[in-house]
Amino acid sequence: MSAAQPPPFQAFLDAEREIVWRYLVSTVGAAEADDCFQETFVAALRAYPRLRADSDMRAWVLTIAHRKALDALRARARRAQPVADVAAIDSRRTGPAGAGESDGELWRAVGALPARQRSAVVLRYVADLPHRDIAGAIGCSEEAARRSLHEGLTKLRKVVEV
Amino acid sequence: MSPATAHDEDRVERVLRRAHDDDDAAAAAAARRLTRRIADEGLADVSYAPVDSPFGPLLAAATKRGLVKLAFPEEDVDGVLERLAQRVSPRIVAADAQLDPVRRELDEYFAGRRRGFALPLDWTLVGPFGRRVLGATAEIPYGGVLSYAEVAAEAGSPRGSRAAGNALGRNPIPIVVPCHRVLRSGGALGGYGGGLDRKRFLLELEGAL
Repeated sequence: MSAAQPPPFQAFLDAEREIVWRYLVSTVGAAEADDCFQETFVAALRAYPRLRADSDMRAWVLTIAHRKALDALRARARRAQPVADVAAIDSRRTGPAGAGESDGELWRAVGALPARQRSAVVLRYVADLPHRDIAGAIGCSEEAARRSLHEGLTKLRKVVEV
Repeated sequence: MSPATAHDEDRVERVLRRAHDDDDAAAAAAARRLTRRIADEGLADVSYAPVDSPFGPLLAAATKRGLVKLAFPEEDVDGVLERLAQRVSPRIVAADAQLDPVRRELDEYFAGRRRGFALPLDWTLVGPFGRRVLGATAEIPYGGVLSYAEVAAEAGSPRGSRAAGNALGRNPIPIVVPCHRVLRSGGALGGYGGGLDRKRFLLELEGAL
């Protein structure tokens, strides 16, 4: 029997919570990750019965997380002085809790990337998504996703080289 | 601007991919805050939690209408939740406090201090015939018994004792809907979804045996 409904929401939450959390910590920083996490999964719960049972649930929830992260970043940009946007991100710890000082430099650079490049890099290396799903999550073509990923990585490599 | 070397690529990707052990604990904590919020705001359609009993932990699941499923310990939890997702709603979330009334009434019942359940019930998992059979069963008083034929007659199908037996065997809310109070006409125990030892235990608890 093919399932007509998605699996129990609790099983979905248990399976996806870590990847969503990592994605959010890496994009909006630890201080705002929890709010975005709550908003992401509450939105997912509301839409959940309409989800097709054969959907790619990871890509779906990361799409929601991506929108919530963008909302948080826009709100932050409105709060901060326009010119201080990057500094505002830098002043918060962005990146995983275990990141050391030299890793911290790289994570700050991730935090300073434009939103789409940052999301592409994080979805690729933190959430381990293939390019097709990265494109789905950030709502662009696969080619554009590859380009954003490449541009983001190029900037990060420069940080490491210096 | 020098071209990126393989070494640099490795370093960037390695750091990005590094295991986030602390973050996974934080993710678990965030998920717990989420399930509390879902419970507080009533956002789930089905709440479930384990409930202690002399038989071991029962899995209790409730909707806003009432108790919809009580599963014996040997039933596969994932399978039970999967069937609830298909037949009731996939918005299923673990929520301990939501099942407190079920826990309290079952505790009182097993302690011999409760002779009837006041819990609201949700019959979504039961078909129309099963509903009549289980409805008749729910009327059998504590300490009393009926035969399969008598329950079938109460349900409006005097010749349907076998079908009534099947409906009782599929009772999704055993103990609370007391299908253990239905016996063979000669007084033999008959069958029980949870096993005959448990049927005997419940009937002895109620003083019917």
